[in-house]
Amino acid sequence: MRDIDKRDPDKTGKDELAVDLDAYQVEAEDHPYVEDLRALPEKDAGRFLDVGIDTRESFRSGTFIQKDSSVIHSCARQEGVEIMGIGQAAARHSWLKDYLWRGFDPQADPFVARARQIPHEGYFIRTEPGVELDRPVQSCLYIAKNGFSQNVHNIVIAEPGSSMHVITGCATAPHLDSGLHVGVSEFYVKKGAKLFFTMIHDWGEQINVRPRTVVHVEEGGVFVSNYISLKAVGSLQMNPTTYLDGPDAVARFNSVLVAPRGTTLDVGSRVILNAPGCRAEIISRAITSGGTIIARGELVGRVAGIKAHLECKGLIIRDGLMHAIPELQGFKPGVEMSHEAAVGKIDQREIEYLMARGIDEEEAISTIVRGFLNVDIEGLPPGLAKKLDQIITETQKDMM
Amino acid sequence: MLKIEDLQVRVGDRTILDNVNMEIPEGETHILFGPNGSGKTTLMMTIMGFSGYEVTRGRIIFKGRDITYLPIHERAKMGIGVSFQRPPTINGLKTRNLVEICARNRKEPVEIEKLAERLNFTSFLDRDVNQNFSGGEIKRSELLQLMAQDPDLILLDEPESGVDLENIALLGETINMLLGRGVACKTERLPKARLGCGKSALVITHTGHILDYITADKGQVLYNGHLCCSQNAREILKWISEYGYEECLRCAI
Repeated sequence: MRDIDKRDPDKTGKDELAVDLDAYQVEAEDHPYVEDLRALPEKDAGRFLDVGIDTRESFRSGTFIQKDSSVIHSCARQEGVEIMGIGQAAARHSWLKDYLWRGFDPQADPFVARARQIPHEGYFIRTEPGVELDRPVQSCLYIAKNGFSQNVHNIVIAEPGSSMHVITGCATAPHLDSGLHVGVSEFYVKKGAKLFFTMIHDWGEQINVRPRTVVHVEEGGVFVSNYISLKAVGSLQMNPTTYLDGPDAVARFNSVLVAPRGTTLDVGSRVILNAPGCRAEIISRAITSGGTIIARGELVGRVAGIKAHLECKGLIIRDGLMHAIPELQGFKPGVEMSHEAAVGKIDQREIEYLMARGIDEEEAISTIVRGFLNVDIEGLPPGLAKKLDQIITETQKDMM
Repeated sequence: MLKIEDLQVRVGDRTILDNVNMEIPEGETHILFGPNGSGKTTLMMTIMGFSGYEVTRGRIIFKGRDITYLPIHERAKMGIGVSFQRPPTINGLKTRNLVEICARNRKEPVEIEKLAERLNFTSFLDRDVNQNFSGGEIKRSELLQLMAQDPDLILLDEPESGVDLENIALLGETINMLLGRGVACKTERLPKARLGCGKSALVITHTGHILDYITADKGQVLYNGHLCCSQNAREILKWISEYGYEECLRCAI
């Protein structure tokens, strides 16, 4: 095993992030379509639940589930929303091609090229104009086959004046020794629309994950992303780009990251503010308990009258690497941009303050860590909020 | 209740307190005066057992037990409670959860909502602990925690600092309630106090304004790390406000 203390900061995570695409299989057997989610094998359903997917579909507007390369379930339970595999969507909507591959350069990114050359479905979710879904749509991308490279392409379109919350849970079958997930996602938030997107990852220790996302937000649109990765994963690298193209468009990113030993997370968000009145906020909370975390944030202010803030806080509980890279780029006078980054250990004053209320040191530390991870996530169904709280408690126990 | 014997305390390389002797009997409220930097807060932090305050001589006895080297939470469990002047912010921890932690060692259940209502603090229960709280809000938060904890010895560090006039009476009333004193709670608690089962307190102040709202049994002056005067609290305050600390201390030398 490599000595963690001798890591070269200039080569942060580079070795850990190297992926040999040829080492993975691109063919998987077809899995049968499942009409009734209650008929899913218990083993799979339990894994879905861990990443926020409720197979009883309580408080959900619809569900999409893909296992390896097969769409095993897709169903909308509310009027005004479409949920299906991208293959089916392309057959139904001839205009869909106008929404594909915008803002991606397959030449520059081997993973994007991979998803383009060897596609394995992905989800298509679209709200009709003006439709406000009162319950979230859930989608699950699942790898069951060992050594499989799952390459999906996802499209989410929030038509003008609509609003929806998409909860995406990603997981693998227990005990896979190898796997690669490549996910190209393109989100369109049109004029005055709102899209909340919550992604919960629990991929497993040996899995490499490469999401590639571009988001376009029009005038007055709101995009809120919540990203949660609390469990071990081989390596994960993503840096979604969001273009705020219309006046008063808003983007908010919240990430909660935990890297146990053996995990490398290189996670960032880029927001480009192209119109006056646009607002962006990137907040990340990261804890390393032995793994490597690179927490990036990049805000680009191209016109006057924009406002953007970046906040990146990292805790080091065990020797590992916590690398915060906040970046601000302003091009015009009249941009208002700020950032705040802090990396360190738990403040002794906080621990003792809690001890003075009658709890021992260990409980004081775990209370502080739970608080640290407890970023208020907007719009979660109550059941999921509770589930997450429970997972955070477990994670925090594992860390100590 | 609390007895301090020949206490010497070092912070870093500096001796901050020396030869401090003090006794607070059960049911008594003592006021600790002293200019800024005289060691008042150091004394309080040492009684509570915070790191960085090293006892180099002497001992602290609480309820007959030597607690000089006891961990902080053990002292809290034994019945010592502190109101801090500048407590840290704890991100993500709701004030409600902290108040629940405080109430954990109580025998009877604590109605947190009711306590908070009494302090006009209900709307803060769902906010992160001390995050962007004003001076007065911090005091109310600290007192709410103490009400939930219900300690036998209460250490209050500058309870009136940063509090506006409107709220200072409310704070005074709350402190009296905590101590089982004052008119507001006469019926249920005062007789107990008279029987000698009341709470004890050490109140740190450098302005003395809090004396308009709480009754004190005794005052002491801490100057340059030494306790140099011990008598009626109002008497001391009168001297200090009339002649300043320097002059007040001449009588002790």
